[in-house]
Amino acid sequence: MTPLQDGRIINLMEPGHTGCAGCGQAIGARLVLKAAGPRVIVANATGCLEVYTTTYPRSSWEVPWIHSLFENASAVASGMEVTLKAMGRYEDVRIIAQAGDGGTADIGMGCISGMFERGHDILYVCYDNEGYMNTGYQRSSLTPPGARTTTSPPGPMSWGNKTRKKNVPLIAVAHGVPYVATATPAEPRDLMRKVKKALEIEGPKYLHLLVPCVPGWGIESELSVEIARLAVETYLFPVFEIEDGMITKVKKVKERKPIEEYLRPQKRFAHLFKPGGEPILEELREIAEENSRLQPGPAVLFGRT
Amino acid sequence: MRVMLEGSRAVAEAVRLCRPNLVCAYPITPQTHIVEDLSQMVADGRLDAGYVLAESEFGAASIVLGGSAVGGRAYTATSSQGLLLMAEVIFNIAGLRLPVVMTCANRAVSAPINIWNDQQDAVSIRDSGWIQLFVEDNQEAVDTHIQAFKIAEELMIPVMVCMDGYVLTHTWEPVDLPEQDEVDRFLPLYSPAYRLDPDDPFTMGSMVGPDAYMETRYHVHMDMMEARAVIRRVCEEYSETFGRGGTGVIDTYDTKDADVVLVSMGSVLGTMRDAVDELRDEEGLKVGLIKVRCFRPFPTGAVHDAIKEAQTVGVIEKDISLGLEGTLCSEMRAAFCGEESPEISSFIMGLGGRDITKGDIKQVARDLASNPACRVEFRGLREDLMDGDER
Ligand SMILES: Cc1ncc(C[n+]2csc(CCOP(=O)(O)OP(=O)(O)O)c2C)c(N)n1
Ligand code: SF4
Ligand SMILES: [Mg+2]
Repeated sequence: MTPLQDGRIINLMEPGHTGCAGCGQAIGARLVLKAAGPRVIVANATGCLEVYTTTYPRSSWEVPWIHSLFENASAVASGMEVTLKAMGRYEDVRIIAQAGDGGTADIGMGCISGMFERGHDILYVCYDNEGYMNTGYQRSSLTPPGARTTTSPPGPMSWGNKTRKKNVPLIAVAHGVPYVATATPAEPRDLMRKVKKALEIEGPKYLHLLVPCVPGWGIESELSVEIARLAVETYLFPVFEIEDGMITKVKKVKERKPIEEYLRPQKRFAHLFKPGGEPILEELREIAEENSRLQPGPAVLFGRT
Repeated sequence: MRVMLEGSRAVAEAVRLCRPNLVCAYPITPQTHIVEDLSQMVADGRLDAGYVLAESEFGAASIVLGGSAVGGRAYTATSSQGLLLMAEVIFNIAGLRLPVVMTCANRAVSAPINIWNDQQDAVSIRDSGWIQLFVEDNQEAVDTHIQAFKIAEELMIPVMVCMDGYVLTHTWEPVDLPEQDEVDRFLPLYSPAYRLDPDDPFTMGSMVGPDAYMETRYHVHMDMMEARAVIRRVCEEYSETFGRGGTGVIDTYDTKDADVVLVSMGSVLGTMRDAVDELRDEEGLKVGLIKVRCFRPFPTGAVHDAIKEAQTVGVIEKDISLGLEGTLCSEMRAAFCGEESPEISSFIMGLGGRDITKGDIKQVARDLASNPACRVEFRGLREDLMDGDER
């Protein structure tokens, strides 16, 4: 099947998959592929996206696509890149490695570090839905403070997840990755521009997408894009670009929203609005505040104080 | 060309002759010299391949998986802890039907940590769907690597060439290295039936549920069973071209009239041949020997036929399925499947680099001749470390 129709590229990740209605990751992946075009090879980690797009014998992918394991998409992609170059078949092909937040920030970190450090010409996309959704919404190191997951449940002794999000974009920067950016499906044009830009840069690229998860976050399907927008407008998810270690672009929100507007519609934060939840809300406010102060200039650690 | 080379170097030269597109590994004793030699060849311009310095064995196995999936000829090497760290990828490579070739420089497995030779590493990964070929000397290591790529690519099944760490990898022996043009004729460029290619997109590594998973496993199994014939044929072709290396799945030595048959894998077989000669010449014992070269797929029929007349069989092996017996021994027994079989005993020897002497081997044969009954025994244990263990 040709991905071109009337000269226009249409869905390289086709609908008809078994993902939840409103899955932020599905929207994100479709946009990534749309921007990347048909001359890519994708290495996908285990996770929701992999499972719901390739239930045998069906596949949503109109590009060559491989799934090996949960934690090795970056390494599989590294092998593809080096081999295609060695065989002289690399010229008009680009390689994308993609995984969820768990496959990226936790179990896949070693292979990703190797891919970054060796300088492979690969775009790595992290679809961050802030938990291990495929296995039933467990906590990852990208789950935000206070969030309820099935392994960070609130209870008399707990207010949910205790830790802050690992700063994976800065981990990429620390490896000397020349292009690092964040985006959300709420701004498709911005997301696609970043994919295109990344693919024009030689070397490793890291794109971190916040992608709401309907059941995992406890939101209505039709709200998923709106929730992504609110994450940006509350500054709980900062949107930026870092080129060669310098923050070159930061999304400035026109009308900053209080964090509650983002948190309230999500069941995973409901317990924070009960008596005693205020300190966690305050911590989230501090994180948003710190994110809002991001400025163009040298990329330094943020979101940890 | 006959040259004096260290085993690792001989393997590196054989791999170079196979023109891999991708070499990727992570250092671990006693595999290190192989990958050092290959990186030197790349640096010297003698080998035109992508060479990736992986961050771990897990990464290395994943990298060769990727290289193979885009249609490259891919090679890696490891040992022991490295092989176990690769385990998840090892199964995956086989399930994806990618014809990767690996050298496993056999080494003991931790704990206790031990860098010396036994075969626990490769044996522990036997169910992964890789063809496993155990070599006896460095010439066979050279020949088997060249055969391995051909076997793997014909069957789309990965091949692991297992060679005893140190005993072979670090030993200098004269080896005959084939000429490049001969190897090129024997092993044409790899052209896979399917690979990841934007001109012909396809999906590799789907989620397969209860409706079809079993059939995919069935097909891999049947192809593995078939592989025994392919291995035999490729080895015959090889020996027609190169005048050696014709041993397919097993080799037999003096088994025809033997009452006692000894069985093993790898480098100890040389010593065992000498032991058999001496037992026959000096003690009049009718002893024979089987070399299991292909451990997976298991050469059930060949093994069965080779020992069915024997009274008793002693399997000398450098691995143990803790809580049972030596694994090779179990599989020898399974070859009889309810049929009346000779007594088959398990002798666990040479773990973690413990020497297996000709004397030890002869004693096993003598003991079996006087008492053929089936048993499981450790041989060569140090009395002073037994603390009066009376079991
Ligand atoms: C080695 C290994 N450990 C655990 C799993 C089980 N597992 C599969 S997907 C997954 C979570 C995926 O989380 P993430 O990467 O965030 O992707 P998501 O499903 O949330 O999109 C887990 C734990 C596995 N497949 N492999
Ligand atoms: S569980 Fe979440 S990530 Fe998975 S398909 Fe549903 S919405 Fe998407
Ligand atoms: Mg996730």
